[in-house]
Amino acid sequence: MSLAIDVQSVSKRFRLYKEKYTSLKERIVHAGKVPFEEFWALRDVELEIPQGETLGILGRNGSGKSTLLKCMAGILQPTSGQILLRGHLAAMLELGAGFQPEMSGRDNIFLNASLLGLSKKQIEKSFDEIVAFAELEPFIDNQVRFYSSGMYVRLGFAVAVNVHPDILLVDEVLAVGDERFQQKCMERIQQFKQEGRTIVVVSHAADVMRQICDRVAVIDAGALISVAAPGEAIRAFRDRLIETGDAATPLPAVEETGAVPLVVDPTGPVPVVADRRVAITGCRLELPGAPERAHVFPGEGITIALDLRVRARVPNVAFGCAVFSDNGHLLFDCDSTMIGERHDLEPGPSTVLFEFTELPLLDGRYTVNVRVQEAGAGTVYARQEPAGTFEVVNPGRATGLVTLPFRVNLKPQQLG
Amino acid sequence: MTAVAKPGLGYGPPEQEMDREDLPQRVVSAKVPLGKRLVALWASRELLGFLVRKELKVRYKNSVLGFVWSFLNPALVLLIYYVVFKYFLHNTQPDFALYLFAGLLAWNLFNNSLLSASGVLVSHAGIVKKVAFSREILALAQVGTAICYFFFQTCILVVFLAGFQVLPDFTYVPLLLLAFVADVILSAGLAVFLSAVNVYLRDVQHFVEVLLVALFFSPPIVYAFHGVGLTKFHLRMFYEANPLLWIVLAFQRCLYGNVVPPGGKAVTGGTLFVMPRWGMGTYYIGVGAVIVGGLLICLFAMIVFGRVEGNFAEEL
Repeated sequence: MSLAIDVQSVSKRFRLYKEKYTSLKERIVHAGKVPFEEFWALRDVELEIPQGETLGILGRNGSGKSTLLKCMAGILQPTSGQILLRGHLAAMLELGAGFQPEMSGRDNIFLNASLLGLSKKQIEKSFDEIVAFAELEPFIDNQVRFYSSGMYVRLGFAVAVNVHPDILLVDEVLAVGDERFQQKCMERIQQFKQEGRTIVVVSHAADVMRQICDRVAVIDAGALISVAAPGEAIRAFRDRLIETGDAATPLPAVEETGAVPLVVDPTGPVPVVADRRVAITGCRLELPGAPERAHVFPGEGITIALDLRVRARVPNVAFGCAVFSDNGHLLFDCDSTMIGERHDLEPGPSTVLFEFTELPLLDGRYTVNVRVQEAGAGTVYARQEPAGTFEVVNPGRATGLVTLPFRVNLKPQQLG
Repeated sequence: MTAVAKPGLGYGPPEQEMDREDLPQRVVSAKVPLGKRLVALWASRELLGFLVRKELKVRYKNSVLGFVWSFLNPALVLLIYYVVFKYFLHNTQPDFALYLFAGLLAWNLFNNSLLSASGVLVSHAGIVKKVAFSREILALAQVGTAICYFFFQTCILVVFLAGFQVLPDFTYVPLLLLAFVADVILSAGLAVFLSAVNVYLRDVQHFVEVLLVALFFSPPIVYAFHGVGLTKFHLRMFYEANPLLWIVLAFQRCLYGNVVPPGGKAVTGGTLFVMPRWGMGTYYIGVGAVIVGGLLICLFAMIVFGRVEGNFAEEL
């Protein structure tokens, strides 16, 4: 199997000017002292992409992933190193780049496809297909400036995919149009894969990566961190985010106890102390893989330890716990009385352990709230919101919210 | 890890069949050799056609007269020069309008090319930053557009010649064609060069506008070559080293030559020496030199363009 793309120790340096001097006067005034900083967007990147592979490039904003893609596309030239490309290449960096609003959809198809390297004969051959794919038959002779933004990107996508490239480079443009059109785009990408074409996708949507990529390359600060199967690479990406403190809610340093200490923020809206008899003095999230790993795999368990100081005896209490998804949806809420337990709190310090023996969750960041309340009634003695967050990283390829026990059997049917 | 190549599903053109090893290989690196860039440029000649068509369609879009403007514009410019030089400045040359037209034809090609090409990369920043193609083609498309206008104007010229009942000097038609080629080569080289430099130094675009006004008077378009009063040898050499002079003179010699035979007697009676008294050989040597010089400029422009092209996407 030969390589479709061979990235050979590619580095790219940008000059970041504090201010850009492009006029003669400014150049003379600032001659020799134009302030700029050197910035290496890519450092010595080595990447081999075999023909027929779908490779994802994952990285946060400014990590250099789009620069790498632009170098592959030949829009930027690397400062050093080189990239070997085998086969006809089309890049979707911006849909409808170069559309002329004054010209008709028809003329724009010809111009755009020609820019992407198609011959006139080839364009004529796939013209109907492009129009049909974009669903613009009635409007194809209208000026593009009267198109809606949806029609515009649909036409752009239709041209780019119907160029039938051997290598397709895609930069975060898969989410265009309405849901049905997105579905269609995805199907076309899948079809490309089946035809054995090479695809490179840049995105920060991990789910898309998992769905379509054979391998995922993770890039950070211009350097390649890992190239691996999607699940593994996505984990490496999340780890890097957490390591560098760029995760949305960074988990604090993990000690050898495996506990994540929680600092109660006095300025925050928590904790609500409804009763002076019970006070929360600490809360820890115990992860099974800590300290090497700050996340949980699907199917593993976690324990939330809640330290209480009790001043006077409180009979018949319930310990409740709620789990929320990243976007605030309640996934689970239960307390000790609901599962048939009865507890009384005696004066002195005690610790409540909430144990989730097995988390059937897939990728995501989850928030946990805990509370101490009167059993069966609404009076809350103390609560901690949030008690902590934890992250589930899925090394497998399933997507969605939860992991369900799942098996597939194929049984040949007995014919009558 | 790697997906096995499956046979194509009958999709895509046959020349892109999924047979892997024989696919064309391309290299992206800091230095692409000139030869490869020329090959890529040649491969995108169809794109040139589409870009020229785009320019022609877009330029007069939404105007009432539309395409008529591409004929009307040069005709009106000619009319203005004619009125000014004939009636205000009392030019007594016979068939002066024809003389003007011959010179303007050559000049407009050069002028239109450079005027629009110098800013073309900046105005097409959207494509330059997002699509990979031979960017020289953008500048060349402006030259191509200017060539189209050249042919529109030639149509008007035919009407003119019929109106004045003058035939061009047919023995000089090969020279005219050669001068046209020289004009195109010179314009193309400078267009590619200026478009690249303008990305880094936006003044170029504005400077070119002014420079073109000055250059307009450097060859004898609105005045007669014979009347040029440069007698000092060095000044004369400098004046005659102007490539535009040779192109314009060749155009005039062919199209206007029958009105006033060079060095001969004036058609209108008096003694007029409008055109230089050169033989055909001198014209050919002059125009040939312009072609050679133009090709050198093209080469230089391609080298410069290649050196700076890698940074276009960041500079724009």
